[in-house]
Amino acid sequence: MKTSVFLLSVAASLLMTLNADAQEGKPWIHDPSTIMECDGKYYTFGTGGGGLISEDGWNWYPGAERPGGGAAPDALKIGDRYLIAYSSTGGGLGGGHSGTILTMWNRTLDPDSPDFAFTEAVQVAYSEVDEDCDAIDAGLFLDPTTGRLWCTYGTYFGFIRIVELDPATGARMEGNEAVNIAIDCEATTITWRNGWYYLLGTHGTCCDGVNSTYNIVAGRSREVTGPYLDNMGRDMLAGGGRMVVDGDDRQFGAGHFGRYVVDEGVEKMSFHWEADLDRSARSVLAIRPLIWENDWPSAGDAFKEGVYEISSVRRGYALELAVDFVRQNLPRRGWWEATDEPEVSYPNQTLDDVLATWPEGEIPARIGDWMNRPHQRWSVVAVPEAGGYLGGQYFKIQIEGTERVLAATQDAEVTTVPAYTGAPEQLWRIEQLTDGTFRIMPKAVPGRTGGYVLTSIADSTPTLAEYDFASDNCRWTFKRK
Amino acid sequence: MRRIFNILIAIALLAIPLSLDARRKGAGLMEKHPALAPYFTVPADGPMRPDELGFIRRWLLLEPISKPNRGNTVFVDSYIRENLDTGWNTGDFTLPKDGQKVKVGDARLTWHALDSRLFNVKLYRFAVGTETGRYGIICRAATVIDVPEDLTDVRLAVGSNSASMWWIDGEEVLILSGDRRMVMDDAASRRLTLRKGRHILTGAVINGPGMSDFCVRFIDEKGNPVINYNILDK
Repeated sequence: MKTSVFLLSVAASLLMTLNADAQEGKPWIHDPSTIMECDGKYYTFGTGGGGLISEDGWNWYPGAERPGGGAAPDALKIGDRYLIAYSSTGGGLGGGHSGTILTMWNRTLDPDSPDFAFTEAVQVAYSEVDEDCDAIDAGLFLDPTTGRLWCTYGTYFGFIRIVELDPATGARMEGNEAVNIAIDCEATTITWRNGWYYLLGTHGTCCDGVNSTYNIVAGRSREVTGPYLDNMGRDMLAGGGRMVVDGDDRQFGAGHFGRYVVDEGVEKMSFHWEADLDRSARSVLAIRPLIWENDWPSAGDAFKEGVYEISSVRRGYALELAVDFVRQNLPRRGWWEATDEPEVSYPNQTLDDVLATWPEGEIPARIGDWMNRPHQRWSVVAVPEAGGYLGGQYFKIQIEGTERVLAATQDAEVTTVPAYTGAPEQLWRIEQLTDGTFRIMPKAVPGRTGGYVLTSIADSTPTLAEYDFASDNCRWTFKRK
Repeated sequence: MRRIFNILIAIALLAIPLSLDARRKGAGLMEKHPALAPYFTVPADGPMRPDELGFIRRWLLLEPISKPNRGNTVFVDSYIRENLDTGWNTGDFTLPKDGQKVKVGDARLTWHALDSRLFNVKLYRFAVGTETGRYGIICRAATVIDVPEDLTDVRLAVGSNSASMWWIDGEEVLILSGDRRMVMDDAASRRLTLRKGRHILTGAVINGPGMSDFCVRFIDEKGNPVINYNILDK
């Protein structure tokens, strides 16, 4: 009986681990539009109509409503309204290519709201049956430097084009001529950062399930109308593009990029996997950290469970329990001693070696020299029942081999308690920042509101403080052990 | 007669600065131990501010307590508490006076009032300079600050070589265990509220072989120095 329970537990753990980095719920979608937040909920629309809603950004379910059907929509909030772009198509790769891009507005994305009503769609671009462009796959972009509104569109059938729209009406700017900015992409969109315009597009094979090679690439330009060059200086009009995300271990076919800025230095990218092997190989919503390295975007990894060294970027010291350091007493040999003795491999110090020296109650956390000792090895374990946040779930952070977990205190300090109780101050949000490091936030700090994050207030002292991306005090690294 | 009067006046005028200097704390110590001069000065009368980075440079230092240790790796938390937290600065503890003698074990040791020329207080130089120790020592330090208005959410930030413990008004606020190097803001206390008025800050630093020193300041929520208070001379 005990063996059965144990095996079931192991199986459950494995299943949990397998799904720990994917959106929960029923996140089935293709060509997800850029995620929008509306009245505390998240929305994304997909090809064919409809879309997904999430209350926490981690658990997604069908329910979003978008009329018009068609392909590959996008969404953008302008002022207090949401602009939706979508396209009617002539029949896919082997069909006609007389596509049409349309836009429409809504004051809310919540279909249960009395204010939920789409305006009549207006056509903003189109393609003839056999011209070198297929007017579908719209991407919206509001230029933060000028306030001008742009829309890109197109597929593998020729050029990707950009047109200017009126941000007040969503209609095409009178007299505006389309500009070719890339060739043979799908699901393009533009974003801006640090003086660069980025054109993101999808390459590879679409719509072939687990065999789809779909991948998202980017080029960048100083002008919104291009030229968009990749890291090799190759124009996207010549097919250029630097990889942003391609296949993963169990998920394949990354397509239809969307960017979501959570906070300064905390960004997410949404897209779909053409097939998720852990979800019947269906097409699903994916949300990953968005990393910027040398002004190039790339997808970070979903945070995975495991045993980690958690180090502060401030000094590089590791998070640990404030307990007596227990020396490891091994025979010592002088390096100058000539000997023919066979070399011996010694084990690392174990939990059993030190556990009796630890206090039983609360033990403060501190930061110290990494020595791979039991008081420094943190097991990060997902807590599915705790819900999540945009693109992530909550974790408990416990000393490996024990029930002792990291916890926030009502004084906004950080400690460890002997056992996990499920309290929100024992749950942690772990998000990769745009520089590849991480911020670590408690789900709650007792009696306080606001976004406290794990912070090094001194080289050896952790605390909880307001998030400041500009400070290395707020950044941490996870090294898997 | 007038000439004698003038001579007496001149002698009196010459004697004034000498007597003022003689009254200054630590003046005798500095004269007796000139090796201290590169690191310490005689404290001026009246309050002083922390330096521009917030470091407290005015301290009363107790001559070292002998505590031989061949290395610093023994300074784990429990060792520190056992050997530094002996109750010496609790209860009716008041700021020692310059030259005040206390008995620690069998030793009779003297408190000395000094201002550090450096942001880091060189305990090794204090011990060697006063010819009262070198290695294997515990040094106690005390100072008093006057806070003009409540300081909330400040932290005591310390770097010490080697391990140390720190108290405010007798309450433990920070411990730095292990084989420590003196690093600015190596460790910080929890958030503290210092009420308007006087507060006695005490510390004890233990060291085996090698250099020994410490640096202490208060920092705010962002890690910036807190300097809007006075360090008193008594």
